[in-house]
Amino acid sequence: MEIISRGFSGRRSAEAGKLPPGQYLTATFPVLSAGPTPHVPLDRWEFAIDDGTNVLRRWDWKSFRDLPSETFTTDIHCVTRWSKLGTSWEGVSLDTLFADLKTDASYTLVRSYGDYTTNVPLKDLMNHQAWIAFRFEGEDLAPEHGGPARLLVPHLYLWKSAKWVRGMTLMHRDKPGFWESLGYHIYGDPWREQRYSGDE
Amino acid sequence: MWRVGKVVALHDETAMARTITLEVADWPGHVAGQHVDVRLTASDGYSAVRSYSIASAPNPERRVELSVERLANGEVSPYLTRGLVVGDRLELRGPIGGWFVWRPQQTEPIQLIAGGSGIVPLMAMIRSRASAGSTAPFRLLYSVREPGAVWYRDELQSLPDRDQSVSVTYAYTRAAPKNWPRPPSRVDAALIASTTWPSNLVPTSYVCGPTSFVESTAGLLTAAGNSPDKIKTERFGPTGDRQ
Repeated sequence: MEIISRGFSGRRSAEAGKLPPGQYLTATFPVLSAGPTPHVPLDRWEFAIDDGTNVLRRWDWKSFRDLPSETFTTDIHCVTRWSKLGTSWEGVSLDTLFADLKTDASYTLVRSYGDYTTNVPLKDLMNHQAWIAFRFEGEDLAPEHGGPARLLVPHLYLWKSAKWVRGMTLMHRDKPGFWESLGYHIYGDPWREQRYSGDE
Repeated sequence: MWRVGKVVALHDETAMARTITLEVADWPGHVAGQHVDVRLTASDGYSAVRSYSIASAPNPERRVELSVERLANGEVSPYLTRGLVVGDRLELRGPIGGWFVWRPQQTEPIQLIAGGSGIVPLMAMIRSRASAGSTAPFRLLYSVREPGAVWYRDELQSLPDRDQSVSVTYAYTRAAPKNWPRPPSRVDAALIASTTWPSNLVPTSYVCGPTSFVESTAGLLTAAGNSPDKIKTERFGPTGDRQ
């Protein structure tokens, strides 16, 4: 059932064709977080990959920043319906972090400082689809946007791009993270408009 | 799944904000703090969707109240605050959200902190507390630019008279009423210390408002000894229309 809103014309943008369904364009960078912004000192920062039992890889800030990084430009889409086109980032590709790591796991649970979690299939993190990003538009990533470093997996809704990331657990079975346990979609593809649990 | 709500009442909160009361025949019920997506559709099929917090407590009449601030360059809020008339139908989806919520089973002290239109989901919590007969002690710290910008003014003013365990403190940022003890200024550590629950009572805090307000206020609560996992936040940006 569709109801016409009498007298509503809306504001269409020339770039609307680049937007996933139900999104609108914004020039600002709104912030959405469930709690206070954690402030993580670099000398205590770490990023670790584990399999639920053992730590498989671990980097401190220096060894992480010694890894080869990439600059890239991408569109980002938040489930609260704003999209931002052509954002530029610098980060370390997940392919680099997984370069010499063999695993038969299919899923990951990404963990953050401040105890946020989100689940992402491992294949969505590989093949230049995901980065641990530490610079945004040429500046160090601000704490409210996830600094010192956040996951960026831009082909999924932005809640999957965990801020203040500290590690990930490899899993054989999918397990919902924070928002996925609170009514949001288990996968979150903006082009299929997978916002809430129950969306196809 | 999109539901249809019929506009049964409209009420101006301020010159810039309007409360819309909808009757939603198949409304499944909600929890205080949740929001809905509202969809407007033009005659050629173009549609725009924004999220708005629910202001009303859960109720058996299947009524949903939304309070919407008109944003100068908004696409949806000018229509909702000016174009809509009683009898119109609106499409909505929800309720949505399971984190920034208060449930009547909660008995711990509750600290609500609103910046501007961030009052909406917190008002739903205050109303839900009353309608559920909860005796949980509530404190509200409400930061507004000036006295004329207070939403739900009469209802908030009458609260402490009806129930001593709900207190309301206003913080004015640009202009305060005559003889107000505190000069207009942003919420700071001194105000947090003197008007919010001490951290040793382990309150749950709900902070809602613009991003910079929430960033600063949640930081002050943490600095005052509140554990970050007891502070729930909801932020909206300048173009967010969220709320």
